[in-house]
Amino acid sequence: MDWIASLHGLVGGVLIGLSAVWLMGALGRIAGISGIIGGLITQRPKGDSAWRVAFLAGLISGPLLVMAVSGGLGNVAGVPGAVIGEPAGGVPLMLLAGLLVGVGTGLGSGCTSGPGGCGLARLAPRSMAATAMFLVTAMATVYVVRHVIGGGV
Amino acid sequence: MNTPAVKTAAGYIAGLLFGLGLAISGMTDPARGLGFLDIAGVWDPTLMFVLGAAVGTTFVGYRLVFARGTPLFSTKFQLPTKQELDAKLLGGAALFGVGWGLSGYCPGPAIASIGGLTLPLLALLAAMVLGWFIAQRIAR
Repeated sequence: MDWIASLHGLVGGVLIGLSAVWLMGALGRIAGISGIIGGLITQRPKGDSAWRVAFLAGLISGPLLVMAVSGGLGNVAGVPGAVIGEPAGGVPLMLLAGLLVGVGTGLGSGCTSGPGGCGLARLAPRSMAATAMFLVTAMATVYVVRHVIGGGV
Repeated sequence: MNTPAVKTAAGYIAGLLFGLGLAISGMTDPARGLGFLDIAGVWDPTLMFVLGAAVGTTFVGYRLVFARGTPLFSTKFQLPTKQELDAKLLGGAALFGVGWGLSGYCPGPAIASIGGLTLPLLALLAAMVLGWFIAQRIAR
């Protein structure tokens, strides 16, 4: 096992957890990416947009900061120290995947950060069910793509 | 202290911590997500450490925060109140999982990777935003 990669995962996970705790402690909000940013784009809630725009700016500037300080802080698989990995497919596949991710998180009350992170920490039954569901369909999809159709994406 | 500027700064700090966490953990690499999901291949446990550490930190931190009674710069905690498991929740989660499994991108890592934008990533982001609008129409 790659212990360095796992250690990076632990450190990054603590930072993500601290982000969620800070957002709840400061603004009383769940740190769900699709809720914060999807809500910003589709609803533009009056008086409730500025912090979402700022969150979006922070989210994008985090990896840029890691790249700027360099020193190999990233954790891209097979490219030690790199920060942002290459997409796993071309434009047509990403259009299909993006549509599914958008419709799915829009209907299903969120993605990995909301139900997966904050929801599990609150021991919320809906979040546990949603997380179990998207993990199962994601694993099944990867299985079909990589091992049934084969060739690898 | 509840001024718009303070709230905006608080939002930026939250986003920055989240973005730093995704970058350092390697979640801005779709191969990490796909490697975790590929349980029949060479399994990559990194995401398990990320989610475990994030949930553990949040589990403890939320309790400390809730014990204070109110947020620092807002009047109340806004938590989901729904309890029932419905078709919309489970169907949506199922669709999201298929999209995640095809691309290796969750919304967070996809948006956080804008600094290294490629055409396929741009396609994914555009389609994701379209999907959010479609979901809003369906849910209405």
